[in-house]
Amino acid sequence: MSLDFKPGAFNDFFRDETFRDDFTYRNSPQNIRRFPFPFDRDDYMYSVNMEPHVPGRKGSVFEHEFDVDEHYVSEMIDRAKVLADDPLRCQSLPHMTLAGWDLLELIMVSKARDYPQWFSLTRDGNRWHWINRPLGIDHTFTFLDESTLPYGPFEYITRQTQGDFSLQDERDNDLWMDAGMITSQADWSLDFDIGMSFMEWHAPVPLAHDMGVFDRALKFLLKLQHGAPVRRFNWTMTVNPLLDTAPETYPKWGPSKTTLTQENLGNKQHLRVELQTLYRLPRSNAIAFDIRCYLGKFEELVTVPKWGRRLHRVVRDLHPDLATYKGFIRNRPAMVEWLSKYDDGAPTSPGWWPED
Amino acid sequence: MTQTPLSTTIKSRPVYATLAPRPGRLHLIVADGEGAEAVVDLIARAPDRAAMLAAAHILYTPGPNGTDQWDSLQALGAAQVFRAPTIPTLLPRLAKVLADAHMGTQFYLAGTEGLIGQAERDIMATGVPFVAIQKEHRGSTVRRVQCVHCKGITENVATDPFRCSHCGLNLFVRDHYSRRLAAFQGVNIDAEDPGQVPEAVVRFQ
Repeated sequence: MSLDFKPGAFNDFFRDETFRDDFTYRNSPQNIRRFPFPFDRDDYMYSVNMEPHVPGRKGSVFEHEFDVDEHYVSEMIDRAKVLADDPLRCQSLPHMTLAGWDLLELIMVSKARDYPQWFSLTRDGNRWHWINRPLGIDHTFTFLDESTLPYGPFEYITRQTQGDFSLQDERDNDLWMDAGMITSQADWSLDFDIGMSFMEWHAPVPLAHDMGVFDRALKFLLKLQHGAPVRRFNWTMTVNPLLDTAPETYPKWGPSKTTLTQENLGNKQHLRVELQTLYRLPRSNAIAFDIRCYLGKFEELVTVPKWGRRLHRVVRDLHPDLATYKGFIRNRPAMVEWLSKYDDGAPTSPGWWPED
Repeated sequence: MTQTPLSTTIKSRPVYATLAPRPGRLHLIVADGEGAEAVVDLIARAPDRAAMLAAAHILYTPGPNGTDQWDSLQALGAAQVFRAPTIPTLLPRLAKVLADAHMGTQFYLAGTEGLIGQAERDIMATGVPFVAIQKEHRGSTVRRVQCVHCKGITENVATDPFRCSHCGLNLFVRDHYSRRLAAFQGVNIDAEDPGQVPEAVVRFQ
């Protein structure tokens, strides 16, 4: 058994595109309308901002447990390339295998339920039959028996699921990041951070520690219950639709930050949104953290007038420490200049939805 | 008091305390450089000095600044003392002592962060939680830094930025620290503007 993809089915829905080299990634018009625009007001500061991860509006990224969108197949191909170049982007400490099975079950059950046209799971005791039609996978394996899969359960399922994932073990009233599949990250290294506690891996984040954000978030997460997942947004900025902005390869992609002009900015500059969801896992008591990355070109986002006005105001007024940490302080003036054309000063309605 | 003072920093950066004697069947003491002074102080604080020394195994190596206080440790009269010329030559001995250690072993680490970090890493690998390992920072503040790009570790980094001893990139030194790697993180400083490297300043002595 291997995990060679045989994509090709459903090509009328799944886009064939790249997140590297010629960067052919873009959002279709209908996909722009469902972009998870993360700003519910005209300014931004850190907050815990958790809410229950319950099914949201039909057609939105909140409709299903795990959102599968038009970029699915191409994102999985990009992940496979990242892992071929650097296998250290997926690591799991030995005691995290059970949590990996927990996550595999959660994802397979959810996707088969929510997208029966694409995914199917048939269970006969521990004998499981999994079909992933968009990637051309048809496997039968024994649940909880690693030898029946081509990878460990965590790597196997996250090679087929959009979003980075980390698995947190709970010990001593703390969360320890003891496994991760991290290939679409906002500039942090799993290889460096694996094994760290909650406060340790968040240590480089400015301002938020003194605001008590991480104390509150950790308390909240330690009480997370199985069956009651939560979600929040985070965001940053990325030049070019590059999923893999890893510190490991920063010397390769860092120079792209110097290539923006007023002419190419709308196409090259992307708002990078992380829809973060957290699940308590049933057997291991670990917490799965899904960091789903959505990339939206500035020129795509401003097709929604409310988002154009608001993005201009948020970027313009952001605390300089945050703009520095998020890595776009050098380009902020150019971004504000470009966005200002889409802000007529009109008031914006509360909330992030495009229309209401 | 020659304890190395720490400035305010981020939460992954280790903090250190003063070594305190605890009851134990074996007192495993690992030190380098000025860490020998912390060991001498530790023994002086023991309620029963002779009993602690009779159960003490001391591993020592000179510090990265050349400080060698072997004589003061040898004079203590511990059950076992060992002087290694370097940290890499100290670690195999530590591994053997750990393999033979039983419940009731107390761990005391003293000296530079490079020595403390590597000993802590190896002790943790045997299943001991890091909170059970005492650490006192003395002497040099030079750092052990991992290049996040090539993964190579450069020992005894004194300046910021510095050149990675493996891949040659110019790295700035973060306070972000990995206990698993026993290293701080180094990140390319001129990635966005190749060649524009600020002048190196001595930050760690």
